[in-house]
Amino acid sequence: MKSDAPGTTVSRRQFASCAAAAAAGFLLTGCGPRRLHEMPPDRLKDALREMERRYAQQFGAAVTVSDEKALPGVEFAYALDLSRCVGCRRCVYACVEENNQSRDPQVQWIRVFQMDKGKGVDFSEADPYYAPPAVPEEGHFYVPVQCQQCRNAPCTKVCPTGATWTEPDGIVVVDYDWCIGCRYCMAACPYGARHFNWGKPAVPKDKLNTKTHVLGNRPRPQGVVEKCTFCIQRTRNGRYPACVEVCPVGARKFGNLLDPDSEIRYIIEHKRVLVLKEELNTLPKFFYFYAT
Amino acid sequence: MTRPRIGWQAGVLCFLVAAVALAGGARSQSPASGPQAPPAAPTAPAPDDRVEVPPPPFTDGIFPCSSCHASMPVNRTRRELTEFHTDIVLTHDEQHRWCLDCHDADHRDQLHLASGAPVSFAESYVLCGQCHGEKLRDWRAGVHGRRTGQWNGHKTYLLCAHCHNPHQPRFTAIQPMPAPVRPSRPGK
Repeated sequence: MKSDAPGTTVSRRQFASCAAAAAAGFLLTGCGPRRLHEMPPDRLKDALREMERRYAQQFGAAVTVSDEKALPGVEFAYALDLSRCVGCRRCVYACVEENNQSRDPQVQWIRVFQMDKGKGVDFSEADPYYAPPAVPEEGHFYVPVQCQQCRNAPCTKVCPTGATWTEPDGIVVVDYDWCIGCRYCMAACPYGARHFNWGKPAVPKDKLNTKTHVLGNRPRPQGVVEKCTFCIQRTRNGRYPACVEVCPVGARKFGNLLDPDSEIRYIIEHKRVLVLKEELNTLPKFFYFYAT
Repeated sequence: MTRPRIGWQAGVLCFLVAAVALAGGARSQSPASGPQAPPAAPTAPAPDDRVEVPPPPFTDGIFPCSSCHASMPVNRTRRELTEFHTDIVLTHDEQHRWCLDCHDADHRDQLHLASGAPVSFAESYVLCGQCHGEKLRDWRAGVHGRRTGQWNGHKTYLLCAHCHNPHQPRFTAIQPMPAPVRPSRPGK
């Protein structure tokens, strides 16, 4: 081969075979694996059945993988009452169990920060590792942080493969099969809400939540990013997220932003509401409020 | 199971409207609305039908109060109880109140409002709301207290007394769940 040498030209045969190979490759990519949200319905169905089969084998239990679509006329939003939260972390562990997060290595989608009442909401002074015998501690308040489901989400913009996007109901999801683990989204997220599976996720067989959603709590492979999905497998069936139902002080509120009678609208209209890092223009759908 | 009404006036109104509709032979208009399991994402029904409140949390064997009190003379003198109910410590504006300010001496199985109007234990939130009006308003809107069930359908509220001990309403501190493990760095 001397095609790189100066003065030589590409032969007609070489050109034709290269062009044919390129055309064939272009055509074949159309038949290859696809992102979940652009898969034709019948292929998606096959893919889901295949996942169910694989997980059943892995965990020895009947697992359902749903692809429940967004409900029309629904945009989810969340509100958390900072004047009520006592920092007990019940939400953290309810989330771990509901969403099949890895126990060891530990992955937790919710992180509760202990803050000083004198300093206000200040993450540079916050402590997520507090462990006193009893909470709340005098002079402190607690700010749980999870995915803020931004309307102007920085994480989805930086993904080089399009493996993460915002659903029509406002939930930012990850396609675990399309994520290449570059963690750009984690760098882009100002809330530390995305978590990477550095090791092989370990969920005890008897602790697996078998009711899963393909974009939510289905078992993840190593090397992908995961995050809070507002319990997509529950909320798209009308249920409250697990963290809302477990909160012992009722600090967590959830509902449809487009429904004028919803709790969430009542809170936004009647309470003092704030969002974290408002100056970054991420437009979170996760609101913090003071009910008193 | 008792199903106390939130916004009972509205509930009574709905009931009357429904009764009139049924009496008018309008029953055949909705043949599909028989008793059946609630669908996954039901369309919004009347607000009152969406709410369920579990029965009040009584200590075992304490209710009905009349099973003991019916045969006892009423002593309205404010005093410290020494024979029975000694486990109840009142830290709820105890300077100004005692048992019979909320419990009714004439209808032992009921409470009463400041006006003297009786109110059942299942509707005790009306009693609490006399002082804590803004909390009652938030509770009705679903903002105060925990809700479970469906965000777009059937919900379960809790009574004030399910979370707050009426005699000692302030929450006590609880043990937190374990802190997250700190990330490990190689060589450290």
